[in-house]
Amino acid sequence: MKSNLSTLLAQAGNRKDPKTGAISVPIYQTASFGHSGLGHSTGFDYSRTSNPTRLVLEEVLAEADGGVKGFAFASGLAAIDAVLHLFHSGDRIIVTEDPYGGTFRLFEQVFRPLGLDAIYVDTSNLQAVQEALRSPGIKGIFIETPTNPLLKIADIRAIASWARAQNILTIVDNTFLTPVFQKPLELGADIAVYSATKFLSGHNDVVAGAVVVRTVELAERIGFYQNAIGSILGPQDSWLVIRGLKTLPLRLQKQQDNALQIATWLCSHPHVKRVRYPGLPHHPGREILERESLGFGSMISFEIDAASRIANILSGVKVFLFAESLGGVESLITYPAVQTHADVDPATRDRLGINDRLLRLSVGIEDVNDLIHDLEKAL
Amino acid sequence: MNYSTKLIHSGKDRDPYTGASSIPIYQTSTFAQPDPEHPGPYDYARSGNPTREALEHSMALLEGGTHGFAFSSGMAATSSVLLLFKPGDHLVVGQDIYGGTYRVLTGLFKQWKLSVTFADSTDPESIRKAITPATRALFVETPTNPLLHITDLRAMVKIAREHTLLTIIDNTFMTPYLQRPLELGFDIVVHSATKFLGGHSDLIAGVAVTREETAGHHLRAIQNAFGAILGPQDSWLVQRGIKTLGIRMEAQQKTAGTLATWLSEHPSVGAVHYPGLKNHPGRAIHESQSSGSGAVLSFELGGKPEVLRLLKQTQLTLPAVSLGGVESILSYPAMMSHAAMPRPERLARGITDGLVRLSVGLEAADDLIADLDSALKVTSE
Repeated sequence: MKSNLSTLLAQAGNRKDPKTGAISVPIYQTASFGHSGLGHSTGFDYSRTSNPTRLVLEEVLAEADGGVKGFAFASGLAAIDAVLHLFHSGDRIIVTEDPYGGTFRLFEQVFRPLGLDAIYVDTSNLQAVQEALRSPGIKGIFIETPTNPLLKIADIRAIASWARAQNILTIVDNTFLTPVFQKPLELGADIAVYSATKFLSGHNDVVAGAVVVRTVELAERIGFYQNAIGSILGPQDSWLVIRGLKTLPLRLQKQQDNALQIATWLCSHPHVKRVRYPGLPHHPGREILERESLGFGSMISFEIDAASRIANILSGVKVFLFAESLGGVESLITYPAVQTHADVDPATRDRLGINDRLLRLSVGIEDVNDLIHDLEKAL
Repeated sequence: MNYSTKLIHSGKDRDPYTGASSIPIYQTSTFAQPDPEHPGPYDYARSGNPTREALEHSMALLEGGTHGFAFSSGMAATSSVLLLFKPGDHLVVGQDIYGGTYRVLTGLFKQWKLSVTFADSTDPESIRKAITPATRALFVETPTNPLLHITDLRAMVKIAREHTLLTIIDNTFMTPYLQRPLELGFDIVVHSATKFLGGHSDLIAGVAVTREETAGHHLRAIQNAFGAILGPQDSWLVQRGIKTLGIRMEAQQKTAGTLATWLSEHPSVGAVHYPGLKNHPGRAIHESQSSGSGAVLSFELGGKPEVLRLLKQTQLTLPAVSLGGVESILSYPAMMSHAAMPRPERLARGITDGLVRLSVGLEAADDLIADLDSALKVTSE
């Protein structure tokens, strides 16, 4: 174990090739591995089961999160899918009420038909969580914190301790903060899941997912599902995620610094009604993050005074890219009601606050003055 | 268009922007949206990526289907297709199905209350008998792995239509170059594109193609919601592999035919299983539904000691799992692909302790024969 996470990440995959000493781990673009004889194996047989490049990524992810094992998948949703196979037809699971739209779709359109009953709860409300945990048949709780796009904060430590007392599995989608800022397993959760497309790889050039588990038993089961379903990450993309991890701490710090300045600036803008950013002093749940995390991230959402301005803002930005996704070195602006959360019905969107005046920013590492200037002109 | 031309020119194989004759590798997760009211053709690479789409388009064209889908492995393709079903549904599956398909059905989809009956698909009557009122689909392979058993695809379609079942086939061994089940009425084709489609043993990938729009739309929703997609680098490599699929299959199956004949005359070799051999059971059916015998064969040696010696002695063929690459691969089903199956069940299915599977590559037939000949000499000493 490296003493500091930034050291571990900077050297991710280094010295993994004893034959050549290459600093960077080779991309093992291979399907199969030869055997020197029957019963002899190098530990690698077939790349769906295990690939040396993917394994390096999986080991770094496990160590970064303090888990026993990590797993890399073809997308964040493929990672969540593998975790949901821990459950059975007839089981019930508590889910953060405003999760990523794709997560919601996976629960509603893939797993509900299979018989997994998702119960949506405001996981920033501890009393509501406690009540839900007492309802019959609950086998798991799936928390996203901070949530997307409303940045609500859940108390992982409190929820995980109640859940564990009742043998309920706690799963945390840690995409927004990453292990650099928040370590769900150390806070008591059983499983951390990621869209590695976002901050972990950080360059908007890969679609990938990750799972890290706390126990050997969970590692065996997720390992079985990963191999049986086969929704693995390929070697090229595994290598790109490893490459991204090396700059993760640097990127997050710079992105967070930029985000705080932009959020503060937005608060004083006449056309902006409500700014949500966990680093702002008034942000609900900020004190939880101060206890349980080392940072606030770089996601901001804000409401415009009139929906009629949205089209002009989205076509007016020149530095911000109007696109889905988040977490990259380039700043993105997203319109959740029509992009990321289109699969959530309008009534639910309104109740949650994902209205047609809401915009989401993923703040990158550009010069913050350029970003503010860009928003100022577009607004 | 001639089939061998289709393999090279699928219609989406060029870059309209630069004219590049190879589709660019779009290593991107997202796409800029110029106007919120008129979203562009791509928004997020899980939902659609131009590199992956070129491959998906090719596969739909080559199998003669409406929609093609590229997945992160053959098992991800199969698992995604299995998500079309609901708790309580029942499937009838060929008993010689690939071990990974067997594992995902019995070890994973069982917990989602999908039930399965494994039946002998070489005998249409035994398939018919396995159908219950809850049966929703029929899932087969032909030729099977590793014994190359032949299933009558037209008979399967006929039975399925009588009972309104969805028909699914794993077409990995034949590829659409040799066998196009959708043209015979099958509903969904799946592939481990790791094998002949990719063809170079250098990637893991899967493909599914649907015959009709409805299943295509359903599977598109599953691909996006579950997200077991193929990345752009690997999509590009499969597309690159497909360009030589025709010439590879021709050369590999020619050598496989030569080797099968040579092996069946070899004193140390027992039965040889290869659809191109005159006495192969179901050969007439195979010839009526495909245009070639493929490049995988299996043969019997005395027992485990002989197999172990053979694997140790061969110099050219790689002892490994997988198949379908340009390099010849020897594998031992009893200890590799079928290791998880209890021995009595394995033996009952004809997968003996002496059975060896050979995936024939692009090496010269003479070299492969000389290599096997000298290895077999030592083996039988």
